[in-house]
Amino acid sequence: MTKQHANWSPYDNNGGSVVAIAGADYCVVAADTRMSTGYSILTRGYSKISKLADKAYMASSGFQADVKALQKHLSAKHSIYQHQHNKQMSCPAMAQLLSNTLYFKRFFPYYAFNVLGGLDTEGKGCVFTYDAVGSYERVGYSAQGSGSTLIMPFLDNQLKSPSPLLLPAVDAVTPLSEGEAIDLVKTVFASATERDIYTGDRLEITVLNANGTRTEFMELRKD
Amino acid sequence: MNSMEPNQAKLSLLYSPEASQSQRTLNPNVTGTSVVALKYKDGVLMAADMGGSYGSTLRYKSIERMKPIGKHSLIGASGEISDFQEVLRYLDELTLQDSMCDDGNSLGPKEIHNYLSCVMYNRRNKFNPLWNSFVLAGVKKKPGVDKSETYLGLVNMIGVNFEDDHVATGFGNHLARPILRDEWREDLSFEEGVRLLEKCMRVLLYRDRSAVNKLQIANITEKGVTISQPYSLKTFWGFSAFQNPTAGAQGS
Repeated sequence: MTKQHANWSPYDNNGGSVVAIAGADYCVVAADTRMSTGYSILTRGYSKISKLADKAYMASSGFQADVKALQKHLSAKHSIYQHQHNKQMSCPAMAQLLSNTLYFKRFFPYYAFNVLGGLDTEGKGCVFTYDAVGSYERVGYSAQGSGSTLIMPFLDNQLKSPSPLLLPAVDAVTPLSEGEAIDLVKTVFASATERDIYTGDRLEITVLNANGTRTEFMELRKD
Repeated sequence: MNSMEPNQAKLSLLYSPEASQSQRTLNPNVTGTSVVALKYKDGVLMAADMGGSYGSTLRYKSIERMKPIGKHSLIGASGEISDFQEVLRYLDELTLQDSMCDDGNSLGPKEIHNYLSCVMYNRRNKFNPLWNSFVLAGVKKKPGVDKSETYLGLVNMIGVNFEDDHVATGFGNHLARPILRDEWREDLSFEEGVRLLEKCMRVLLYRDRSAVNKLQIANITEKGVTISQPYSLKTFWGFSAFQNPTAGAQGS
């Protein structure tokens, strides 16, 4: 008797794009708010950005139920950390935790494509980019999700990222001002919305800097 | 070596796909079709027909696919009916434990939705899903605030969940949501809400082969849940193209 194949998949792709850009003293984390399945839109107002700690915000695209479970898991771990250390987790610490959490399910992965953005212990912007099983690195900017192939090359061109192979190591954070970075994010999402069917509806931008955190929205095409 | 083999053969049978097939996901048997719901001024309206299909046969025509949960919530189910009945047992247990706490608080729709999402996701993780899509609606006063909050959410068999001003399962997602996106607005009156829902259900009746013309509309407000008596929608089939459809065809 041949092995029966499941006529059902435990995964679904709910789409969407996420972007993060690190600056000298700020970090911008952005995501669209569309949630889709197949060729249908489930809802136009779903937030993909989650606050993991005061200085660590995660934006995730992919399979929404896994993303939610991942956010819950990290939130719980953060609570325990705060009880044990009497302080919030730093962004680099959260970055490692996220990587470990993803790899823990290496053989039944969280179908989540994440970017982690925030401020490091020195107050400089930091962005970490991940794949679904926890492989990560610190970068100056990143895009993940269904529109990432459209967004990333444009960011590469505009932010002129220095080669990571250079010695002495060159800082990856962008010299752009906060306002310029936000404008870039808006441009990039407007473009991705034109060609990626899973990106659109509304853009949510979270900005972290020394004064705290703020969120702004921008309407995107709804088709 | 030879003495080891029978034991190893037994072991391999225990872990083989044949042994675990009955615990794994299968195909649904008796299924309900779309559920459609929308928020209106005083609460939430939800509609579902009373059909239970056995494959392509419209076998059962009096299945109530919407049920009140606790004091503040209403659940509507599409998909496998037996799984829906099992979920109702889970929710019974949950609401019973909650009332036994006797602390003056009762689970609201957001909490029930969260519980259901966890249940669905957990079953999905074990590769043994509850073959349903649930719509969870409710109205509850926020503690300390005089105004009551309306809630409407959806959770499907792999755990994907969200809330919105209007939701629909199955075919409703394709046929009813576009109508709702065009015609829904904040602060609909009860009559406007019912008319909008009926418009959606009529389209589903025309175009979804598993729909039956016997439906209920449920209303949940801060006063509680009322589910209407079953009734039928008026349909129109008097198109000239339907008159004498084989006229002019070869052999007619």
